Amino acid sequence: MSEARAMYEQVILDHNKNPRNFGPMAEPDRVVDGFNPLCGDTLKIYLKFDGDLVSDIKFEGQGCAISKSSASLMTTLVKGRTRADAQALFDAFHHMLKTDHTAPVDEAALGKLKVFAGVREFPVRVKCATLAWHALDSALKEELPEEPVTTE
Amino acid sequence: MAVTAPHCDLTPAAPYDVDRVRRDFPILSRTVRNGKKLVYLDNAATSQKPQCVIDAISRYYSEDNANVHRGVHYLSQRATDLYEDARHKINSFLGTMVGCETIFTRGATEAINLVAHGFGKGFVNAGDEVLISHMEHHSNIVPWQMLCEARGATLRVVPINDDGELIMEEFDRLLNERTKMVSVTHVSNALGTVNPVAEICRKAREAGARVLIDGAQSAPHAPIDMKAIGADFFVAAGHKMYGPTGVGVLYGRAELLDRMPPWQGGGDMILSVTFEKTTYAHIPARFEAGTPPIAEVIGLGEAADYLTKLGMDKVAQHEHDLMVYGTEQLKQVPGLTIIGNAKEKAGAISFTMDCAHPHDIGQLLDDEGIAVRAGHHCAQPVMRRYGVAATARASFGLYNTRAEIDALVAGLFRVREMFA
Repeated sequence: MSEARAMYEQVILDHNKNPRNFGPMAEPDRVVDGFNPLCGDTLKIYLKFDGDLVSDIKFEGQGCAISKSSASLMTTLVKGRTRADAQALFDAFHHMLKTDHTAPVDEAALGKLKVFAGVREFPVRVKCATLAWHALDSALKEELPEEPVTTE
Repeated sequence: MAVTAPHCDLTPAAPYDVDRVRRDFPILSRTVRNGKKLVYLDNAATSQKPQCVIDAISRYYSEDNANVHRGVHYLSQRATDLYEDARHKINSFLGTMVGCETIFTRGATEAINLVAHGFGKGFVNAGDEVLISHMEHHSNIVPWQMLCEARGATLRVVPINDDGELIMEEFDRLLNERTKMVSVTHVSNALGTVNPVAEICRKAREAGARVLIDGAQSAPHAPIDMKAIGADFFVAAGHKMYGPTGVGVLYGRAELLDRMPPWQGGGDMILSVTFEKTTYAHIPARFEAGTPPIAEVIGLGEAADYLTKLGMDKVAQHEHDLMVYGTEQLKQVPGLTIIGNAKEKAGAISFTMDCAHPHDIGQLLDDEGIAVRAGHHCAQPVMRRYGVAATARASFGLYNTRAEIDALVAGLFRVREMFA
């Protein structure tokens, strides 16, 4: 199998075709827009908090298989977790995608997210994988950004 | 003066032999992605370079390098001759017109900015209007926005129909006595539409407006005849017409250029300088401040010669065949939608697929050595007009073949297998 084909793991193709937690949310506590100026892709994430818990999270927008599946998988992993857990996942995911494609992956910290390890071979696509996560990172912060979060 | 490499020296009368043309471009014989044959279909972004252009640049640095318009020494004179010779080559490539001049810039973008700045300062005032179209590249939108903001003028936009053609009734309606400048692309980089530029120029002139035609996507694909077009300004990008990066062309009417204030100040653009007053040089020097991209200009001159020898009418015919064949073949792919179905198209076919995002299409095609562009093509208003964030775009050059289109289509069927 060639390299790009290998990047599209079954989990990625599945979440791309059937994205979880996809669609708008009524009365969210937080809404953050993400924008990838390179390709023009946009997405919006909605969050509800219950005390320290991310009680609900949804997303919508236009994106490639990598960005859509990354956002979808993110919502399934973050929902029902604490802010600190969500932040730790962002940190682990972000760290993995910044490393060289030959570097070992911290499977314990990343769990299912390890399917995105292959994206590291295609630096242009790393931004697709991180778009939703940058929006999440921003949503977890005290102050909301005035401009959409971008991958640049 | 410049010597053409023998293998680029095609007989003008010969029929178009694409296999022979391909041998002029060394990069086309390389492989990519683990031994895949390169299928380069991203010519609207930049074209590949023939050996004679590469040689001309190399020869300049090996044998003739010196600054131009300055020294009395042998090499300076030689470099100046080569540089000015390239200007003549470009002039004749564009169909020389009496009273017009070629100015070298860093690119088509800089050429538009030069006009927006110079013409804007000289001729556009509060209440005036600048008319562009909905299918412009960002480089033919943003400079005019900046000008309108600075001068208190208004930017008007000619809409396009669902096929990606200018709505000429709207053009007629929007053109009025306040219109000072009309700036429209000859060929759309995102849709492939060929615009009726001669009609646009004629109507603009009758309304008392000046016209700039963005030829970045037309000059590489079809014969350009400035007399027939009738524009006041025409811009082109060196690297899209088989020349080097870092050089562009502004072709304009001397009587207008003469009345435009300078663009950048510096060496080479002056007659005399004192601390009290500077007298500017005549055109074209007035708009070529500083040491110009000498090697690039010489390379571009060589590219223009190469295209002239091939015959731009033959190039246009060859690419028209690719456009017709490519459109037919792409329509065989289920779930594929071509964005831009103008009656007259050149250069590029933009498309989307219902099962896959353009980024994923581009990535999987790249796996097979096929280079296409995926994105908004620096034409976000066009993307919004058709309700898409991005498209995939296959764009042709004079060396592409029907077999390469077949490879593209086979690749798209495999994209479908994976994502549908």
